[in-house]
Parts: sequence; structure tokens; C-alpha cells
Amino acid sequence: MKKISILKIGKWLLSAVLFLIFFIPFYWMALTSLETTAQTLQTPPLFFVLKPQFENFVTAFNAIDYLHYFKNSVIVTAGVLIIQMVTVVPAAYAFARYEFVGKGLLFGLVLATTMIPSQLVFLPVFLILSKMGLINTYWSLILPQAASAFGIFMLRQNFMQVPKDLIEAARMDKAGEFKIVFQIMIPMARSTIVTLALLTFISTWNDYFWVKVLTTNETVRTLSMGMTMLREVESGLVSNNIVMAGNLIMLVPVIIAFILAQKQILKAFAYTGVK
Amino acid sequence: MTKKVKDQPAMKERPGLVIWNKALPYIMVAPAMIIFAVFVIYPLFYMIYVSFFNWNMISEMKFVGLQNYTKMFSDKTFWQALGNTVIYVLMYVPASMILGTLIAVFIQKSTRLNKILQNIMFLPYIISLVSISFIWMWMMNYDKGLFNYVLSLFGIEAVNWLGGSDTALFSLALVNVWKSLGYYVLIIVAAPQGIPGYLYEAAALDRSNPVTTFFKATLPMLSPTLFYLLLMGIIAAFKTFDSVSIMTSGGPGNATDTIVYELYKQGFVSYRVGYASAMGVALMVIVGGISIFYFAVLQKRVHYQ
Repeated sequence: MKKISILKIGKWLLSAVLFLIFFIPFYWMALTSLETTAQTLQTPPLFFVLKPQFENFVTAFNAIDYLHYFKNSVIVTAGVLIIQMVTVVPAAYAFARYEFVGKGLLFGLVLATTMIPSQLVFLPVFLILSKMGLINTYWSLILPQAASAFGIFMLRQNFMQVPKDLIEAARMDKAGEFKIVFQIMIPMARSTIVTLALLTFISTWNDYFWVKVLTTNETVRTLSMGMTMLREVESGLVSNNIVMAGNLIMLVPVIIAFILAQKQILKAFAYTGVK
Repeated sequence: MTKKVKDQPAMKERPGLVIWNKALPYIMVAPAMIIFAVFVIYPLFYMIYVSFFNWNMISEMKFVGLQNYTKMFSDKTFWQALGNTVIYVLMYVPASMILGTLIAVFIQKSTRLNKILQNIMFLPYIISLVSISFIWMWMMNYDKGLFNYVLSLFGIEAVNWLGGSDTALFSLALVNVWKSLGYYVLIIVAAPQGIPGYLYEAAALDRSNPVTTFFKATLPMLSPTLFYLLLMGIIAAFKTFDSVSIMTSGGPGNATDTIVYELYKQGFVSYRVGYASAMGVALMVIVGGISIFYFAVLQKRVHYQ
């Protein structure tokens, strides 16, 4: 009995430590965002605030053109999502359901693409886009991500699992290919498509790398890049309370989305590990 | 699934339809293949081509043969960036793998407490690195940061986390391990073979101690998943750019200059496009080598049930 209770206490302690390691940074951000600049600079630091400075959020909101970056994030993310659907679904269907000359080679190319990180090709991609005259347009941020090799791979698996009888039956009923795709295949693969869309949404919304290397001014820069301006705008004083308030404005929607859809999000990411 | 072209009797009657049916799969894969061709495959070859030239994006390209490569191999900054990257890989990957595995084993039972832990650990993974970096830069602040205050309570001297040339790379690794640990835990907990309960029951019946169970049963069962995470972790660490760009800009000095960041500086700051491309080719060889090694080993070694 005694041994078990010691084990239990140990488990609780370890759980508490783990929780705090991941909770404290968020708490520290929220706390700092409610302090005055003078309070952020005092030693010892405050561990709670009695008079929260909510005006920090107004200051942070006005420090950068928040709506401009937000609009850009929405356009780029929506663009990538929509075009990926148009490129990924038909390609996955063709790879799953047709035999055609060169299929093996083309699918091999798709697999190879999953292994090539964007950090490897960003310089030539920039050169290509600038030759096309697309730098500082939304297309420059959408096109390089307009197809997902991982998405094609996963969706193809899914399409291959749709029972052949179902398709044959539909064909007997004289259903055309498009009808088969839209009325049988897509509904059967719906959860995979939602999962892939969720993964694309999160990675595009958070993307910093492509925005950093493919834009040369603020025209189409998204929130993740615009946020870095928050620090620069404030860097004369480094008012960390304002930076943290701006950070919190950015994070609240993500945290709410995570709380609402944590099951789907965890499932979606667990999916990336079973390649 | 493959013979529909022959199956459909209607097609013999209309030759136009035969062509359409033959062309259909190509039309369906074309949009995706064009994107891959233009933005992934062609850039790779273009990068190799450019690496043989001197070019600043404006002037005429000038063929210089292997000069960019010889310059690269004798460039101290390149070796330093490569060294930094390798050190970073050696800090980030083992820490993520070991902590990820231990925590996954610790929280694998699906209780409510474990679910809460898994969720809060995963949260940083879906948050923009910019936000995460800002929080950590503030906590790691030399004068006023939380970390140095806590250290001072124990009488430990203040650490110049991101500003010291000895500590900056470690600090970057620390932030990234914190950010992605939840992902490692999730993938291990959700491993397809899982950590089967019967193994623990069998082990409990045998009265083997937990450490033996871990090494004899848990690890072998998890090895395909761990091997996959190892590859992903190494590649992710080799392409580190974002956190360097946000938190240290490669500094202090060149203490946190990584290969991809150096490539970026050469290409986009100094406009030495040919030279940057040569570095890109070097990175390609490294990443490609790791991937080929992975698939070669995967074919024979890892335990599958």
C-alpha cells in the first residue's frame, strides 16, 4: 500500500512539473501584457497584477497595421487551401484509380517531392518568381505551396480503399467519372480531406519562412511577419508589455480554435506520423 | 480499377471519347505536377546550374566552373555555419527523442490528467514560431528576464541566454525542443503499433522491472516510429532558419549562423547568388544523403510486428 501511494505522489509531482513547464511561458506572456512598462522593469518581477493595464492592447493594436497583415494572412491561407484542393484531389484520384503510361515515374516524383524541404529551394524559387514578375504579389506566396505531395500521397491511399464494387455499381448506373468523384470518392474520403485542410491551414497561417524570403516589402506580408514589426516599432524602448499584448492578440484566436477542435487537430497531426 | 477504358462499350463508338479517356488521368495530375515541376524539381536543377556562375541577380551571369565550391570549402564562415548546424542537430534531436519517448511512456494511459498534459504540451506546436520566440526572448532577457531572476534566487550568476556566444545556440535549441516536444509525444503515443498493454501485463507477470520492460519491450515496439521521428528531426534541425532569423540573426558574431541562414545571407543580403547556390547544393547532398540512408536502413533493420 505504502509503495503505491509514494508512486502516486511521484506521478502527480512529475505531472505538475510538466504542466508548469508548458504553462508558465503562456502565463508570463499574459501577465506581462497587463503590466505597465515600469512594472516590467522592476526586480523582483511581479507574479500577478492588481491593476491590469488593458490599454496595452489598444497600443499594440495601433502599433502595427494589424488589419492589413490579417487580411493578407486570410487571402494567402484561403488561396493555398482552395488551390490545393484543385490540385491534390484530382491527382490523388488519378494515381489511385487509373493506369497510364508514366504513372510510376510521376508518382515517384511526388514521393521525392515530400523529401525536398522548402529551405533547400527558396533561392531559385525566388529567382523564378521574380522572372515571372510575381514578387510582392499574393501569387508569390500561394503558388509555391499550391500542391501538397503529402496530401496526394495520403488521399491516394484513401481513394484506393474505396471498394471497387461501389464504383462498378455506380458505373452500371451510367454515372460519369465526375459524378463518381463527387458523389462517391470525395464523401468517402471526407475525413482525410478535412485533416489535410486543417494541416495546410495551420502551416500556412503560421508560415514565416516563405514570407520572409519571398517578399521585399510589406504589401503582401502576413501576420507572422507583420508581428516582427511589433518588436521593431517598440525597440527604442523594448516595451515588452506592448510586445506581449500584441502577441496575445495574435494567440487568442489560435488558442480558442485549439480548445474547440483539439481532438481533430491532434488526430490530424498524429496522421502525419504514419506515412 | 484499371481497365475502365476497355470496359466501357460506349467508347468504341466515339473515337473522341477514347482520346478523352486516355488523356483524362494526365489532365487530372497535370496541375499538381506542374506546380512540383516549376517550384520544386526545376529549382533544384536551376540551383545546381547557377552554382557554376558568378551572379548578383542584376549583372550578366559569368561562368566560373567550380570556383564557388572551392571558395566554399575554404570559407571559414561556411564551416562555422555547418559546425553550428551539426551542434544544433546534436542538441535538438537527442533531447526531443529522449524526452519525447519518456513523456509518451509516462502519459500513454488515457486518463483525464494525461489528456490535459498532452494538450498543453501540443499547444506550442501549432502556434507561430514568431509568437513563441517573443515569449522566450522576454523570459531569457539578460537584465529583466524571468529565468535570470529565478537563477538569482539560487545564487546563480545571470546567464546571457541569447546574447552569449557560448549559450545562444543552446538557447535556440531549448526553445525549439519546447515548441515541438508535444509533437514527438503525440506521434509516439499514437504510434500504429502502439505500446501494447499486453506487453506490460506479460512483463508484470514476469515481475521484470520497469526499466527492463522499457528496453526489452517498449523500445523495440516503437522503433519504426522513433526511426521516422529521428529522420524528421534531423532534417528539421538541418534546415533551421526561422528561429535564428527571429531571435538572434545569426549572432552574436556568427555563433548561431546555420547553413540555411548563411545561404539566405549570401543570397539575399550579399547578392552572391552563385555562391549561395553552391551552399544549397551542399545542403542538398546532406539532406539527400540522410534520406537515402534512412530508406536503406528502413528496408532491413527496423522491427516491424
